[in-house]
Amino acid sequence: MTNTLKNLTLKVWRQDGPNTSGSFETHTIEEITDEASFLEMIDILNERLIEDGEEAIVFDHDCREGICGTCSLMINGQAHGPERGTATCQLHMRKFSSGDTIVIEPWRASAFPIIRDLMVDRSSFDRIVEAGGYITAATGGAPDANLIPVPKPVSDAAMDAAQCIGCGACVAACPNGAANLFTAAKITHLNLLPQGQAERYSRAEDMVETMDSYFGSCTNHGECEAACPKEISIDVIALMNADYRKAKVQNRKQLSRT
Amino acid sequence: MSSILDSKTPEGPLADKWQNFKANEKLVNPANKRKFKVIVVGTGLAGASAAATLAELGYQVDAFTFHDSPRRAHSIAAQGGINAAKNYRGDGDSVHRLFYDTIKGGDFRSRESNVHRLAEVSVNIIDQMVAQGVPFAREYGGMLDNRSFGGAQVSRTFYARGQTGQQLLLGAYQQLARQIGQGGVRLFNRSELVDVVVIEGRAAGIVVRDLMTGELSSHSAHAVVLATGGYGNAFFLSTNAMACNVTAAWRAHKRGAFFANPCYTQIHPTCIPQSDDFQSKLTLMSESLRNDGRVWVPKVAGDNREPHLIPEDERDYYLERLYPSFGNLAPRDISSRAAKRAVDAGQGVGPKQNGVYLDFGEAIGRLGRDTVAERYGNLFDMYERITGENPYDVPMRIYPASHYTMGGLWVDYELMTTIPGLYAAGEANFSDHGANRLGASALMQGLSDGYFVLPYTISNYLSEWLNKSVPDTSHPEFAKVENEARDRYNRFASVGGTRSPDWFHRELGKIIWDYCGMERTEAGLEKALGEIPALYEEFKKDLRVTGGTDGLNQTLEKAGRVEDFFELGMLMCRDALDRKESCGGHFRAEYQTEEGEALRDDDNFAHVAAWENTGDPMAPNRHVEDLVYEEVHFQTRSYK
Repeated sequence: MTNTLKNLTLKVWRQDGPNTSGSFETHTIEEITDEASFLEMIDILNERLIEDGEEAIVFDHDCREGICGTCSLMINGQAHGPERGTATCQLHMRKFSSGDTIVIEPWRASAFPIIRDLMVDRSSFDRIVEAGGYITAATGGAPDANLIPVPKPVSDAAMDAAQCIGCGACVAACPNGAANLFTAAKITHLNLLPQGQAERYSRAEDMVETMDSYFGSCTNHGECEAACPKEISIDVIALMNADYRKAKVQNRKQLSRT
Repeated sequence: MSSILDSKTPEGPLADKWQNFKANEKLVNPANKRKFKVIVVGTGLAGASAAATLAELGYQVDAFTFHDSPRRAHSIAAQGGINAAKNYRGDGDSVHRLFYDTIKGGDFRSRESNVHRLAEVSVNIIDQMVAQGVPFAREYGGMLDNRSFGGAQVSRTFYARGQTGQQLLLGAYQQLARQIGQGGVRLFNRSELVDVVVIEGRAAGIVVRDLMTGELSSHSAHAVVLATGGYGNAFFLSTNAMACNVTAAWRAHKRGAFFANPCYTQIHPTCIPQSDDFQSKLTLMSESLRNDGRVWVPKVAGDNREPHLIPEDERDYYLERLYPSFGNLAPRDISSRAAKRAVDAGQGVGPKQNGVYLDFGEAIGRLGRDTVAERYGNLFDMYERITGENPYDVPMRIYPASHYTMGGLWVDYELMTTIPGLYAAGEANFSDHGANRLGASALMQGLSDGYFVLPYTISNYLSEWLNKSVPDTSHPEFAKVENEARDRYNRFASVGGTRSPDWFHRELGKIIWDYCGMERTEAGLEKALGEIPALYEEFKKDLRVTGGTDGLNQTLEKAGRVEDFFELGMLMCRDALDRKESCGGHFRAEYQTEEGEALRDDDNFAHVAAWENTGDPMAPNRHVEDLVYEEVHFQTRSYK
């Protein structure tokens, strides 16, 4: 049944731009129903700010169904907040209690510069995909879809990895600001499938090295898995590392022959 | 009535038209392709697939998205699946059957030739997406699995759990990313189209606003493709993403592109009912749930017992009762209206009595909880997150919500609008779904347009421009359009009123929902046509946008989008008023059968209504494209 939360204190990060310093701004929400989503609470706060002649809090969001990966809030120090397997937009106020203080911050990672307030620039993720996160299959020449049988367990495992929504929670949660879970999810999705075999090793190599040029290194904290709204397993990082190692060994062999 | 609209439908029997087109179209040779620049606006299924394919062919492509990454487009939220006439089940499917189902599903208000082409290329889409690594659901033998969807009696829907749209969009995005990485496509992210530039009667380019800096810039090209989605957010509450808007299509309309059938909007029957007044959006529960869920309400109005306390014989499984041959899989428009009638009759359930049950009790008994979890687990989880109720134990509550818009920019067979060189693809055009879209057909159409139609048809236009010069951004028209856009944003920022853009959007949405939603009447539409302009006047005087026009300002962005919804809202109501019949998603209460079904008027309304902007949003010109059926015959659409 519906309950009403009272007296919430929000400490919201406000920052004008990438090169300015930011600080927390405190707002009080006197009353809100627990049926409201977390972002609807911010909508209401923003309406109030506009009414008061102030600028609305800038934050990224779009589908509000947990699938587009646009929303990106650090809530009380947890990426996407307290509910496991849930993106910020799907978080509802029933997960909070009256009198709570809620700290809202942007993703914090050097590869994700803050654009303004709670919005960050995640285009480094796109650079990783552009480096090899695809199967080269130009439009028009594909054979009949059932000519490539894919065993169900393989297809299911690829799908588990492919569910990644590219939100960046893994990076935000990682003490090193590493993007290994994101990169490994994409590599695993494609490298498990028969269609992905032709470019398997070049893909692993190109994507890992692009990742390394932007992000920190993985030291197996496992925070990424815990923060992932799609609960992608950290196992994919092991699979990525195996393919990367093989790619390097193969390259070495080829070099020794030339 | 005038008929200045030329659909450019190719000659020959229906099944040969697409082949004939391809045999006779003008081509651009590979070495010449790089001399042409094409702008693609929007990077959802239609935009990403078009941009990637055009770049593969060798054209220079500039792609624009207002998101931070192409992967965010709202195609990503499609859940259930994508249709294709593969007949892998051997259950009697064929290109012709998919074509026929789509025409019938659209209530005989779509263009036959376009729909047939869609059915033809549907099989190529599945091949293409599998080759790109889309992890569609498989059977244990490794072959592709299928499920059923509304409005069809065969299983032709391919799916990737409840995230088919996500997987298809990622497939298309990856092809686009490959082209970006290789330099075939230049991507402009966080860039919103604010106007289309038309010079000497042809599309010459666009003006965009960099959402990070507020800077306006001009971009010229030989052709412009708008793949900018639908206008379902005109209702404010819809299943669309928050940023979905009509601006690109509307700006094109204001520059001369005709807007077709704006009153054809799809209200999806299975969404989570509204829970409070400040709700920001409604969430869809996939139509695929109706494969196993049974829809019911209590037989007696006002029965507010817990659902498990209501015995079987006091429940009304109204879809099974009214439409025995399709049952719970009756098409969307029909299911939505049936739900509205039940709620209007006081049989609604839930705290606000604004829903109907979608019950999995029988399916869990028949299949076991594990099988149900495997099929729908992620949807059940999502439902629980939003409502706090567990659908394994308590029936889901659902109610219809705005979901998709069949209307859009008028396009000919080649997907060109009435402005030469300006194309519209995917949901942004009106072309394939008539008055109602069948489930799992939006993904099909987006990818069909982007992968398999535009790349063929665009050369027919571009070939004319080989070695001829086209105006670049130094042409004064670009500066003029940029200035108009700048003035517009300055106007929003300087009104200094009291209400936010969101407030106006919510109020506007209520008017459109009440009078131009699931059921329309002449009196209601007349009323809306009084209220919308009045609210628009208030918007002009009482809008408050805080922050300036320089730099990032989400409130300012919203103001521009809301203003375009005002004018569109007037056109939707005008179109609904003038279409004096009921068909598909357009239900006029005055025109119904004794049983309450939509009553078409094929003698007077078997046509597309394409509206021309006159500068006065209350007085647009209505043009007509007659729908000529060579292959199918008008029938009363029955799912009984």
